[in-house]
Amino acid sequence: MALDPSASRPVDAGIELPAAGTEIRCLGAWTVGAVAPLERRLAALRWPSGPDLVLDGGGISAMDTAGAWLLLHIVRLLEQGGRRVTLRDLRAEHESLLGLVRARGPAAGAPGRPAGPGTLEAIGRRFWLGWQQVIGGLAFLGEAALAVLHSLARPARIRWRPVLYNLHTAGFNALPITGLLSFLMGVVIAYQGAGQLQRYGANIFVADLVGLSMLRELAPLLTAIIVAGRSGSAFAAQIGTMKMTEEVDALRTIGIAPMELLVLPKILALMIALPLLTVYADVLGVFGGMLMGRAQLGVGFEQFIDRFEDAITLSSYLVGLGKAPVFAAIIALVGCFQGFQVSGGADSVGRQTTVSVVQSIFLVIIADALFSVIFSWLKI
Amino acid sequence: MTVAQTEAPAGAPIVEIAHLSTRFGAALVHDDISLEIRRGEIFALVGSSGCGKSTLLREIILLQRPAAGSIRVFGREVVGLDDEQALPLRRKWGVMFERGALFSSLTVSENVGLPLREHTRLSDGLIDELAAIKIALAGLPASAGAKYPNELSGGMRKRVALARALALDPELLFLDEPTAGLDPLSASGFDELVLSLKELLGLTMMIVTHDLDLLWRVADRVAVLGEGHVLGVGTMEQLSGSDHPLVREYFYGARGRAARDQAWKQR
Repeated sequence: MALDPSASRPVDAGIELPAAGTEIRCLGAWTVGAVAPLERRLAALRWPSGPDLVLDGGGISAMDTAGAWLLLHIVRLLEQGGRRVTLRDLRAEHESLLGLVRARGPAAGAPGRPAGPGTLEAIGRRFWLGWQQVIGGLAFLGEAALAVLHSLARPARIRWRPVLYNLHTAGFNALPITGLLSFLMGVVIAYQGAGQLQRYGANIFVADLVGLSMLRELAPLLTAIIVAGRSGSAFAAQIGTMKMTEEVDALRTIGIAPMELLVLPKILALMIALPLLTVYADVLGVFGGMLMGRAQLGVGFEQFIDRFEDAITLSSYLVGLGKAPVFAAIIALVGCFQGFQVSGGADSVGRQTTVSVVQSIFLVIIADALFSVIFSWLKI
Repeated sequence: MTVAQTEAPAGAPIVEIAHLSTRFGAALVHDDISLEIRRGEIFALVGSSGCGKSTLLREIILLQRPAAGSIRVFGREVVGLDDEQALPLRRKWGVMFERGALFSSLTVSENVGLPLREHTRLSDGLIDELAAIKIALAGLPASAGAKYPNELSGGMRKRVALARALALDPELLFLDEPTAGLDPLSASGFDELVLSLKELLGLTMMIVTHDLDLLWRVADRVAVLGEGHVLGVGTMEQLSGSDHPLVREYFYGARGRAARDQAWKQR
């Protein structure tokens, strides 16, 4: 093996204390990779007791700014103990490096990083931030509502290309996952219900069970949650990144309202796509229940559909479908709002994207609960 | 920048590129390029946009692999090294990226201290102090240390990027477009900074740049890249006497002339 001098690791920095006398010898490589052991030993060293000490730097084989700073640190440490320190035999280049760190380094006893806020202040700050979010969210909602009204007044100004693009990505591309999950949901409900229904010989009521639960509750909710995870997060990340790279500001300077180009098409597209996806989820969910009904309960397809027609009123279907546009508006608004909340760097994009998904799912479920209350009050 | 590690005398090659070729799909970016960077010099790589300067830099620092040829850094072949094998080399060089590439979730001081925290076992206090030295060396006020990158101006961000590149006291420093996007005052401040770093710390530097003023003021040797080849290597005086049409165009355009006149006036 060829001997590469630069590859052989230099001896770590070290200090040799005299048994008697006042001469301390510095040895080895005082470089950034080799001073760590010495630094850790420093506190435990028993320095000679004399008032005048000599540091002999002749044994230092290499030095960089880290080593020079540590040497300076040692000199200052000794001087603080009331001793006079003389440096000797230091090579000229090491001497100049020492001068450099003495001139540029932080002053001895310079304040470290400022302490973080206290508990009370932290609580206050969190509350204030939360409050600002609420106010900001309301302002955004108002702005979006105004933009919607404006574009309703002048429909020619609606940008159809981004609407179609969003319909494609948020709607069409979500078909496979939405279909699969609601199919499985239908299967699971029928399967779970099968045992109970069989006990009472009420096999045929599997159509009521699957139909009502899918159409009224599960299909709209499941679809909304999938879309919030798929598209709400994408909206937040896209707008957040655009804000970070000043693309949003660029739009403003060109005279295009970001609201009009970025937010409105998303709201519109999602409000069209989510009801359609919900219908699709209804169909596949009921189909899943139907398959399971035949396999587990011996309810044939024709029987199932006959019962389904009797059991499920049009209002059940419409109740489920009617929630979808509201959920869509919530998801799109929260996603876009959190995107605009991005400030600073990549970190912030990640944080706001997470917040957008959590918030939109939370709000969708709250809205769903409110719908239930209202519908039972209206006796639908 | 380790002053006493002079195993190789000044002037010995520290980076050797031999018969290097790079392709992007069908396009041949570098066609049989050979270059060397010598210890202790400031070597600049110039050429029109898209001629493969930054690609060459990325190949030297192991971010990209050439199609053919060899690159030796500190006497060691780097083409084909995996990340683990490359680590000892990477600790010996510092890279300043064109747009800073600062970590936005860390403060300036944490950005500069990150390589130290990652690769040494020094105490946190010492790392903070070393970071403060590097921040001061890069010409920033001490108060910059507690700020986040997005609170800084473009020029300050470049200086932080430089401070981070200096964190591990590298012997070799790569600067990608260090003055791009700076106002003339900050840019000439950067010229001074590069010169003083070379003088104080004995660094070898490779600079990829378009800045003719920077070239005239700091570069010891310059290589002009174009049409996939090295069109010329030499001092700025030698290159401005070149009769290759592309090199002449580069140095005798309106901007080239102004920078040269300025350089002559200062001598």
